[in-house]
Formats: sequence, C-alpha cells, structure tokens
Amino acid sequence: MEEFVLDTGNTAWMLTASSLVLLMTPGLAFFYGGMVRGKSVLNMMMMSFSAIGVAGLVWAVYGYGLAFGTTAGGFIGNPADALLLSLDDAEWWGASITGVPALVFAGFQATFAIITVALISGAIADRVKFGTWIAFAALWVTLVYAPIAHWVWGGGLLGVGPIVDALSLPIDFAGGTVVHINAGAAGLALALVIGKRKGFGTEPMRPHNLPFVMLGAGLLWFGWFGFNAGSELAADSTAGRAWVNTLIATCVAMLAWLLTEKFRDGHATSLGAASGVVAGLVAITPAAGTVQLVGAIVIGLVAGVLCALAVGLKYKFGYDDSLDVVGVHLVGGLVGTILIGFFATNGVLGSFYFEGSLDGLFYGGGATQLVTQVVAALMSVVYSFVVTFLIALLLKVIAGWRVTEEDEVGGIDLAVHGESGYETITEVR
Amino acid sequence: MKLVTGVIQPHRLDEVKSALEAAGVRGMTVSEASGYGRQKGHTEVYRGAEYTVDLVPKVRVEVLVSDEDVTAVSDAIIGAAQTGKIGDGKVWVVPVEDVARVRTGEHGDAAL
Repeated sequence: MEEFVLDTGNTAWMLTASSLVLLMTPGLAFFYGGMVRGKSVLNMMMMSFSAIGVAGLVWAVYGYGLAFGTTAGGFIGNPADALLLSLDDAEWWGASITGVPALVFAGFQATFAIITVALISGAIADRVKFGTWIAFAALWVTLVYAPIAHWVWGGGLLGVGPIVDALSLPIDFAGGTVVHINAGAAGLALALVIGKRKGFGTEPMRPHNLPFVMLGAGLLWFGWFGFNAGSELAADSTAGRAWVNTLIATCVAMLAWLLTEKFRDGHATSLGAASGVVAGLVAITPAAGTVQLVGAIVIGLVAGVLCALAVGLKYKFGYDDSLDVVGVHLVGGLVGTILIGFFATNGVLGSFYFEGSLDGLFYGGGATQLVTQVVAALMSVVYSFVVTFLIALLLKVIAGWRVTEEDEVGGIDLAVHGESGYETITEVR
Repeated sequence: MKLVTGVIQPHRLDEVKSALEAAGVRGMTVSEASGYGRQKGHTEVYRGAEYTVDLVPKVRVEVLVSDEDVTAVSDAIIGAAQTGKIGDGKVWVVPVEDVARVRTGEHGDAAL
C-alpha cells in the first residue's frame, strides 16, 4: 500500500460537508412533519430521526463494507473489508487523489445512506407500526441501498465491467440513481404493499404546519450544498461548479413549480415553493458536477414543471404516496439522471472520476451517454422496486405494517409514541 | 333579561367591542368559533389537490342585557359587524331566567 499523504483542505471540507448532509435528515423531518396532520407530526419526524439511528449503526457495523468493499461479481462488496469501520487512511479508491482519510469518506457516505432511508418514509405517513419501520430501515439499507451504492460508486457493475465497456460510464455525481430514484421506487413499492390511509382521496388531509415545511426545505437546501459539492470529495473547482449548479437549478425549479400551480390552480403557494426547491435539488443531484449552467437551468425548469404535475398521479392511480416521494424523488431523479445524457460536458470540465463517460447529445458526444443514463436509471428503478416490494411483503407477514384503524384515526402519535405534538389537536376546520 | 349572541367575522371584533362600549355595555364574553352559513367555506389547494374547508373561523360575542337594552345592544353588534358581504354572521336573542354575580351573590338585573 502506498504511503498516505493527508490533504488538510480537502479533509476539512469533507468533514464539513458530511455534517451538512447529516443536517438534511432533521431538515427532512420538519419538511415531512409539517405536511402531515397535527395528530401524526411526531411519528413522521421520528421516522426520519430513527433512520439516522438505524442506518448510521448498520453503516458503521457492516454497511460501508457492503457498498465499498472488494466487489463480488460487481453486485455487492465484501463487508469483511471494513467491519466496524476498521480502515487504514489509504484504504479507499480516492485516497491518493484526494488525500482524504478512508474513515472520513466512510462517514460522508453514512450520511447518504441515512437520508435515503428517511426519504422513503414520506410515502407511508400516518399509518405504520414504528417497530416494523425500524426493521425495514435496517433490511433496506442492507439489501437495497448498499448494493446500488456499490454498483454505482463502489466499483460495482455500473462502475466497471461489461455494461460500462459496451456503453460508457454512467454519471451519478451525488446520488440521482443511488439516492433519489432508489428512494422514489422504494416509496412506491411500500405505498402499494401498505395501502391507503383511511379517508385518502375523500377526506381532507391538509398540511398542518406550512412554516415547518418551509423551515425543512431551507435546511434541506443548506445541507444539500454538502451533499452535491461534497460529492466531488475535494475542495476544488468542480465542487464549486456543483455548488453553483445546486443554487441555480433550485432557483429555477422553485419558480417553475410556482408558475405551474399559478396557471393551474390560481395561487403560488408556500408548499409549492418548498416542493419546487426539493424537486430542483433532487434533479440537479446526479448532474451537479458535470453540466454547465445552461444544463442546470434546463434541469431545474423541467424538474419544477414535471414534478408539480407528477404529484397528482397518486390520485389518478389510487396509491397513497402520502408526501409525494414518487412525484418528487423518483420523477426528479429520473429528470436529472436522463438529462445528463443531453447536457453532460465531462471532457470540458475534467471532473476526475468520470473518465470513461462521454459528453452528452448536445455537446457532440452522440447518444451513447444518454443510453447509458437510461440503463442506469432503469436498473435502479427495477432493483429497488422489486426488492423493496419483497422486503415489505415479508414484513407484512412477519410483523404487520398497519396500526389499528382506531389508532390511525385517533392519531398515531399518542398510540405509538405516547406523546402529542401539541397541547390540543383540533381537527375542526 | 336576555342573552344577545353574535357570531361575526373575526376582523370586525374591534369595531363591535367599541360599539358595545359606546352603547353602555360593561362586560362581554368573546370566544373563537368555527362555522358557516351561506358563505359555505372556501377551497384550498395543496400540491394540486383541492380541499374544501367547510368551517371557517368566526368569533362569538355574548352579552347579557336587561330587557330594555336588547334592541340597542343587538343593533350595536349588527351595525359594527356589517360589511355587506356573505359571511357577516348572525345575531340572536334568547331569554335568560336568572343571572348571578359570583362575587356578591346578587341575582337578576342587579347582577348585570
């Protein structure tokens, strides 16, 4: 093993970025918590907080090794390589390029596993047993998140091997396939297995605290600078590009969502602004370091409009994706991942770890990268949906998912946690 | 003795209080209420989904008065609460058998 040379600048940035990403999950708790009814705000926030606990522990014990250990046929890493995060500083692929110790990289990656699990919880608000959720979180990180992270970032089958040789290297700068498409497809599978809330589609289920939603969106945006700019794994100009794209795509997506609903519904709403922010952040995530500003603007625009329209699909098809994990994360993740095929300018920008991927269709690279992006997106959708569906069915049989109807109607906070978010909960409107 | 109750638009409360004070009323009870009449609530849209909100916020004003003051007091409420739009509310009067002032134990008109 070659001698490890510490880069203090890069390491300082990665520690900062990791802390920023971790803050996204409490931010998500507010974003989601404000959107549910007052009687289930605590349970909603607890699903995010418990995701930190469960996914963080799983990651430290064996999850990091599953994702980043020596590959077994491109599918999964060897957990024995990093049990309990026993890692030498140089024991990761970027050590000599970035000068960041392996443990810092592992910590950064832990925050990604955590937020991805938490994102899914929005699809199943107000109605699931807390214990079943905890078990799901542990199983899902192990069987779905770690494999996909391995394929894309851990030297797995979307990083080297026949798919990459036949097409090109897929670009997922910060987690379009690994985080957002993955969480969105999993949310859809869970919503289908677990079923609708009582009264879905007939009774009003209004967001009980829109200021919480705005606060959460703000915290998410702040943390997302660590998510995207941190995914460069170094403090350099590509990180700067990712930062600026994360700002601008999100600005455009927020405005696009507001315009869409102004034309359709008559009002530009605060929930629309918060949702547009998240849609833009999701869509720019895979592209942040590999598109120029015009690409970021188009990605933000398309995501803002499409996600604003996609959140209505659940009423049309009758699945209770309560807080629109599908409409925002699956659709937004697909928008970003696929538009990379048009707007990627890898050669121009020289981001160091996308050697092997090609310029997009609009930058003279032909259609190959677009095909690669579609293939990577589809693999993530299919694997995540199918395996999540199976995990959900298994838990349904073993433990059951739903709280009793009485508890669901009376309020899951009191039934499951023995607490109430507020002194009085009046549902009289 | 009568109980005059007005259910009014919340934003007219200050005017109603002033009008009641001008009419010589020395006490009242005000509470938050929800309801609808011909106004029939309103519609809110969240992420494209429409919700009809039937019950809209109102304020209930209650005043105990002697028989001869009934017209002056109910007119004061009506005059101050009126905007001419649907949703202005209602005022009604019901007879009261007895009133007691807790501090002194007085009954009837003396307790008003």
